[in-house]
Amino acid sequence: MLRFIVRRLLQLIPILLGLSILLFAWLRALPGGPAQAALGERATPEAIARYNELFGLDEPLIVQYLRFLGRAVRLDFGTSARTGRPVTTEFLERMPGTIELTIFAMIFAIGVGIPLGYLAARKHGSWLDSASVIGSLLGVAIPVFFLAYLLRLVFAVELGWLPGSGRQDVRIDATRITNFYVLDGLLTREWDAAWDAVLHLILPAIALGTIPLAIIVRITRASVLDVVNEDYVRTANAKGLATSTVRRRHIIRNALLPVSTTIGLQTGLLLSGAVLTESVFSFGGVGSALYDAIFARDFAVLQGFILMLAVVYVLVNLLVDISYGLLDPRVRVR
Amino acid sequence: MTRRHTRAVAASAAALVAVTLSACASSDRDSGEGGGGEQTGGTLVFGAAGDPAMLDPAFGSDGETFRVSRQIFEGLLGNELGGTEAVPELAEDWEVSEDGLEYTFNLQQDVKFHDGTDFNAEAVCFNFDRWHNFEGLAQSPSASYYYQAVFGGFASTPDTPSIYESCEATDENTAVIRLTQVTSKFPAALALPAFSIQSPTALQEYNADEVSGSEDALTYSEYALEHPVGTGPFKFESWDRGNGEVTIVRNDDYWGEPAKLDEVIFRTISDGNTRRQELEAGSIDGYDFVSPADYETLEETGAQVLVRDPFNILYLGMNGGNVPGSGANPALQDPRVRQAIAHAIDRETIVNSLLPEGAEQATQFMPPTVDGWADDVTTYEYDPERSKALLAEAGATGTTLRFFYPTDVSRPYLPDPAAMFQVISQNLTDAGFTIQPTALPWNPDYLNAVQAGQADIHLLGWTGDYNDAYNFIGTFFAEASNNQASAEFGAFSAPEIFAALAEADSEPDPANRTEMYQEANRLIMDYLPAVPISHSPPALVVAENVQGLEPSPLTAEVFSTVSLSD
Amino acid sequence: MSALGELKRERIDQLAARAGQVPEGEGGVSLTRSALRRLRRDPVAIIGAVIVVLFLFVAAFAPFLAPRDPLAQSLLSDIRPGFIPGSQEGFPLGVDNLGRDLLSRLIYGSRQSLMIGVISTVLGVIVGMALGVLAGAFGGRVDTLLMRFVDILLSIPSLLMAISISVLLGQNQYALMIAIAVTQVPIFARLLRGSMLAQRGSDYAVAAQALGIRKSRIVFGHVLPNSLSPVIVQATLSLATAIIEAAALSFLGLGDPDLARPEWGAMLANAQAFLSIRPELAIYPALCIIVVALGFTLLGESLREALDPKFRR
Repeated sequence: MLRFIVRRLLQLIPILLGLSILLFAWLRALPGGPAQAALGERATPEAIARYNELFGLDEPLIVQYLRFLGRAVRLDFGTSARTGRPVTTEFLERMPGTIELTIFAMIFAIGVGIPLGYLAARKHGSWLDSASVIGSLLGVAIPVFFLAYLLRLVFAVELGWLPGSGRQDVRIDATRITNFYVLDGLLTREWDAAWDAVLHLILPAIALGTIPLAIIVRITRASVLDVVNEDYVRTANAKGLATSTVRRRHIIRNALLPVSTTIGLQTGLLLSGAVLTESVFSFGGVGSALYDAIFARDFAVLQGFILMLAVVYVLVNLLVDISYGLLDPRVRVR
Repeated sequence: MTRRHTRAVAASAAALVAVTLSACASSDRDSGEGGGGEQTGGTLVFGAAGDPAMLDPAFGSDGETFRVSRQIFEGLLGNELGGTEAVPELAEDWEVSEDGLEYTFNLQQDVKFHDGTDFNAEAVCFNFDRWHNFEGLAQSPSASYYYQAVFGGFASTPDTPSIYESCEATDENTAVIRLTQVTSKFPAALALPAFSIQSPTALQEYNADEVSGSEDALTYSEYALEHPVGTGPFKFESWDRGNGEVTIVRNDDYWGEPAKLDEVIFRTISDGNTRRQELEAGSIDGYDFVSPADYETLEETGAQVLVRDPFNILYLGMNGGNVPGSGANPALQDPRVRQAIAHAIDRETIVNSLLPEGAEQATQFMPPTVDGWADDVTTYEYDPERSKALLAEAGATGTTLRFFYPTDVSRPYLPDPAAMFQVISQNLTDAGFTIQPTALPWNPDYLNAVQAGQADIHLLGWTGDYNDAYNFIGTFFAEASNNQASAEFGAFSAPEIFAALAEADSEPDPANRTEMYQEANRLIMDYLPAVPISHSPPALVVAENVQGLEPSPLTAEVFSTVSLSD
Repeated sequence: MSALGELKRERIDQLAARAGQVPEGEGGVSLTRSALRRLRRDPVAIIGAVIVVLFLFVAAFAPFLAPRDPLAQSLLSDIRPGFIPGSQEGFPLGVDNLGRDLLSRLIYGSRQSLMIGVISTVLGVIVGMALGVLAGAFGGRVDTLLMRFVDILLSIPSLLMAISISVLLGQNQYALMIAIAVTQVPIFARLLRGSMLAQRGSDYAVAAQALGIRKSRIVFGHVLPNSLSPVIVQATLSLATAIIEAAALSFLGLGDPDLARPEWGAMLANAQAFLSIRPELAIYPALCIIVVALGFTLLGESLREALDPKFRR
């Protein structure tokens, strides 16, 4: 097992190196290059020369890349042009919000998706089955930002049931420890703060969780259908095992393997894909910061955030592979 | 030019709105008075459109910075509540010497900064000397924009001399400021938030002048980010940057009428729709940059839409000069083509259909309330046929114009840039032009591109900082504003306009000055370097229970007069 | 948002491998014909096909179907801030915030969506196929190198990638198409390579090699054509993704700067400001996007099932 993990970790290195090259190239390819990007188009040639000298941009590309890499390894991505703060600080400050949102979205997607997919397969051909198939296709066809707007309009504005923006009511004077607001509320026993943070997570989590929900329903349904037709299930049934035992021991367990892959993949995607949802809900996570950075052409933030998010994404996928390895011994052998 | 606009925008944007907090939400802090009516205390949450850049107003040039700093700081002069005139604030009154070069300010007594430091003539001079002695990146136009706009250069920049000569504390409560030349901007400009008087102790303790980073990504000092200290009715409490929340609390030792609210929280919500919905949902108590489309809906829900008097101008800039390398369209150097553009624009429909009620068509580059507005300038009525004829005469039919417009922004004079762009585009197409659109994010791309003269025509505007003609037309068309480095109008050359503006600015007699500005307006409208379009009244909105917020044409609202009712 | 485009590598490879298992014929009935027969009996496929055909029809004949000029600001002078006239004589769905006929704009908008969807998908398919074929045909180091590159592309979530590319290329509709195309490349590259690898060991490939037929002829004459069915399936699904992603990029302000040109995503984004006074302005374009995306998804999914031997019962 350890060798498997080490091997997978080693495989990460070329991917991360490649990513850093791509991002380095991206910054170099921006109109006017990094000096112009940093100094703006009014920059005089002297100012650009000064900047280039200051940041070593007059040296050979490979030297520059290595320097960039050196800083990236130390998580130094420069300063945000918009806020004047270190990019990494901003990222670390905002990531907990995005993680919280992702967790809630996945709880929603899994909590609804697996039972629904299972039921649909059990009642194969019924109206529930057809509805879940069509619903899951529809879930993927709705533009996320539109769904988010719709949810906010209905549940936050018209009905007023849930808060529609932010991470916590500004009037709650909550203590911050970890920047995971729900966790902070629990740790400090500020129950109202924790509950308020939970309420703020509901609508964005539903908006963000809809696509994974749709996919999980489909995969669960498909894999349960696959498994039901497998020989060992038929055998178990023929042996006269109780239906519930067959379900528990054979169907659910085996069907969950592909589902777990999907869950992992989707989690990685959500962590990085919350740009639209977070911006609609003005949710103070990584996604909304990226959204702002796009408009402010804040290249340092774009570059740093995209690289760090890609790393997160790759790492989550690695975790998924590892847990997959734990679940299914065959994977380890390969 | 860019920065000018940014700041203008800023100042204009600097609408402070008061927000009220619904009493129930902060029951623990509320004084618990029963019954209806006005109440002291409470928290008001105000939806800002963006984060402040930082909170040291001397380095401020944007509305969101001033929205907050205006509550914490005061200047020698302030703005009349709800008006555009400069009135005494930390200075009780002042005298001007015969030659117009020496200003003697008599200061308010018994005023203390929030950190307990005494406010006195020395503190005033400390601030003036601080500005004059900015070094390094603090001299960057993106940092000390306003100081440079009013005073010119710094102690260490002999090439760009400053009109500031000295400040002397002749006694505890008298500060004498000497200038090197007469300017019509003084002393009204001292009401700008950038000239707020800050605590010398805190400025020194937290190294306020340390500005680092690069030209366009400035990093400000600990003072500007965490310890701004002024004399105002509110004190800085905290700034949660991850969530975009700035909290200020009442200064109980305020020298004047204390604020009624306990606390004001400025919460950044960049999307206009979200701001409206949050107000409707009750999670904020007010916000700025109300879309004209929402006035009615908001009022139906009981909110109060507070419309400011229009104190701005929207214009269609034309690149009529010839900046080498900008690729400017030479056709625009022909006055007939510029006139054809002016005649093509249907201002009436624009004002009626796109701008809020109370908007007016503009005949020149300043609103009628500013001294120097002339009622007899050349006007250019909507007449597409005339446009076509002028174009044919100039041999420019079918001319392609690169039309730039900003995205993701709403300005007081331009609530919906995309709609404005599309209507004017259609007007120009109807008159026989070909439009090639370019959309850029407002800051910095759009402002930079426009200033670099990359657009043939573009949308831009300005909100006045104070009641002064030069603040409008001087900002746009003075010689210093039109050179290779600032080519919004293609660095056009019109010596008679430049001369008229320079003479008017240094004329000490107000009546003469007004006439001179009227003449300048006539010259400008004959030359037509840009097309004035409209003056539009921007609005802010507060919930039903918010009282006492006075909308300011300068978008310089103060929250100290605001209270909440049940 | 691009869930479909984000099929995990494994899933893509699985799909490819299955396609490789498809035997040439089956009981005398060709694969295509039997697939078609199954499709005709599948209500999901029929619904999908009807939507897609209707969409293509509307896009093709927009000038004849649209009652008005989609650019004409006909009712502009009736518009006031806070008031947009609704449905009325000559304007069956009402007008947008600049007095342009909404129905005509929706009809013309189909062209833009179709164009963005098709061009970006075709670009993605061509580049992805080229990479996949190179990797599959040469194998060895070329394969490793190309697939590492594809893995790197896959490690950037597609929206982030599209944003980076749009920022790089500036705001215009070509940038939009290229951005979306690039997010599709790794999917098709993996798909093609997997499918080719699966077929390399197939009987006819071995036979052809034994007969001394040149490698390029085997690739282009046999292996490639047999790999096409998963590509067609994926392309159909990618069209849906592309249309949704185009809407998302428009929403992020990275779409076509010529706002007069009707495009569903831009119309939807623009209508957010008028939700309180005329929600239809948002709802209609959103419905168009959803229905068309659903149409391509339904068709793609049923194609996949029809072509997949596993689903034959």
